[in-house]
Amino acid sequence: MVFEELLRQRAAREQRRDRMVRTGRQIVVLGLFICLLGLLYSLYKVMGSAIDDVQSGWPVIGSILPGSDDLRMPPVLDIVGGIFEEPRGTDEPFWSIVGKEAAFTLREAAVGFAAGVVVGLGIAIVLTTSGRLERALVPHVIASQTIPLIAIAPIIVIWGRKSFDFLPFEWQDWMSVSIIATYLTFFPVTINGLRGLQSPRPENLELMDSYAARWGQTLWRLRLPASLPYLFSAFKIAATASVVGAIVGEISAGVKGGLGRRVLLEAQRYTTGPERLYIAVLGAAALGIFVFAAISSIEYALVGRKGRETVT
Amino acid sequence: MSDTQGSMDAHRLAVEIRGGSKIFNLGRHNEVKALTDIDLDIGQGEFVTLIGPSGCGKSTLLRLIAALIDTTEGTVLVNGKTADAARLDRDYSMVFQRAGLFEWRNVSRNIELPLELMGWKAADRRQRSAEMLELVKLDEFARHHPAELSGGMQQRVAIARAMSFHPKLLLMDEPFGALDEMTREHMQHELLRIWSETRITVVFVTHSIAEAVFLSTKVVVMSPRPGRIAAVVDNDLGERTEATRDDPAYFANITAVREALRGGH
Repeated sequence: MVFEELLRQRAAREQRRDRMVRTGRQIVVLGLFICLLGLLYSLYKVMGSAIDDVQSGWPVIGSILPGSDDLRMPPVLDIVGGIFEEPRGTDEPFWSIVGKEAAFTLREAAVGFAAGVVVGLGIAIVLTTSGRLERALVPHVIASQTIPLIAIAPIIVIWGRKSFDFLPFEWQDWMSVSIIATYLTFFPVTINGLRGLQSPRPENLELMDSYAARWGQTLWRLRLPASLPYLFSAFKIAATASVVGAIVGEISAGVKGGLGRRVLLEAQRYTTGPERLYIAVLGAAALGIFVFAAISSIEYALVGRKGRETVT
Repeated sequence: MSDTQGSMDAHRLAVEIRGGSKIFNLGRHNEVKALTDIDLDIGQGEFVTLIGPSGCGKSTLLRLIAALIDTTEGTVLVNGKTADAARLDRDYSMVFQRAGLFEWRNVSRNIELPLELMGWKAADRRQRSAEMLELVKLDEFARHHPAELSGGMQQRVAIARAMSFHPKLLLMDEPFGALDEMTREHMQHELLRIWSETRITVVFVTHSIAEAVFLSTKVVVMSPRPGRIAAVVDNDLGERTEATRDDPAYFANITAVREALRGGH
């Protein structure tokens, strides 16, 4: 008994260590990847500068490929420096401003993602009840994604301002952006969720029938757990899509306070600080990576079967 | 579940089928006559095997008893009730060829599944699942996951799950079909031990003549196109031991079943 307890403790320790090693490795890989990107960027820039200065050497860049002067491609060190600089008219470093705006966008995206998961899974569950319903409605679900986001964003914002008076709280513009994110999010959840909910083998469904299980019991104890692997791959797509939806939504609906607005602003005053646009875009990318990693770690905790050996 | 209920059930047949037939896709171009004119009585505590070549409707017959599909004609009674009423009363339990354990649940929680569906309290479930694990001799594996067990062990868990709520009738659809010969013989002994300990009624589908004769008190021989009962071979070999497999009476009954299978063609 004592021996078994020790074995169990060792296994738990190994699992914790595995997870730490995994996370550490991912951070190192990400860091190396960023360095590599910076290196390639600089290399291209150096090769491009050669023709700008000497009119010789690398004829491809500048004629066929875009040129690389400091306005078009601010030096990596300018970009890194810009992160810590306080833009004119503020007493706050730029990373802190972008960070707050990223948090604002994250809230829009997170609310939109959550709503998209609820709506998407709801539709998938309803469609699971009947094959006829599935055949009738899935084309409409697909068609919904062909409507350009930029076209519906302003409509949703106007609806939000004018028509949502019946709600118990005051409607704010960022909530409209969340709806736009929802619109992108629900789709992969519905499609993958449907596949996952239909994934149990016939004999497992027969088993539930033989136990006289109610529909809801089969859903909760068989269909949903069986669909988790499918759902998590949808969640990863949906989470990054919700960030894209939030940023595009902010830009096209003119909502202030988030990364979308920041990208628009820095594009407008690009000539006075091109590195700030790059930083804003990098911030958006970091936000996307962050939500992806967050979903991945929830998946790992919920359905990860690492450290368990399959007996063959 | 009072005692009077139990003694009343003892007088009823476990399964009673009269004029049972099943046609799939009735009236369409792909119509299939799976079963015709099935009359079958199975008494309480019997161990009946259904044997026949592929396509003879033995699995269909099992599913009619389970009320997983409806009869096209005829009646199926289980413990004196319609098959569907028996299903809703959880009178029976099924074991399939594939163990069909839920991979996200450990062994103990797999066994608790039917008890959960029936609304048992957690402590009672845990206790019953421990008893069942003892019955199938897997008590050390309660917290393992299905992927960590061999095929034979998984099938034992499936049997434990099926027996967990003490159903009166066990319906088994080629449960040992995917196992190797040695594991299969071992599982046959285990099943007979469980059967003699619990005196549950068993209906067992197989396509192995030796398995049918070794296990059952009655062998129902079926033939295909359309699926029907060709013969019923009484198979009274007394208590089974390793020696039974060398018993002349065992071989005589194997021959009888083989001839009945040939006659059906």
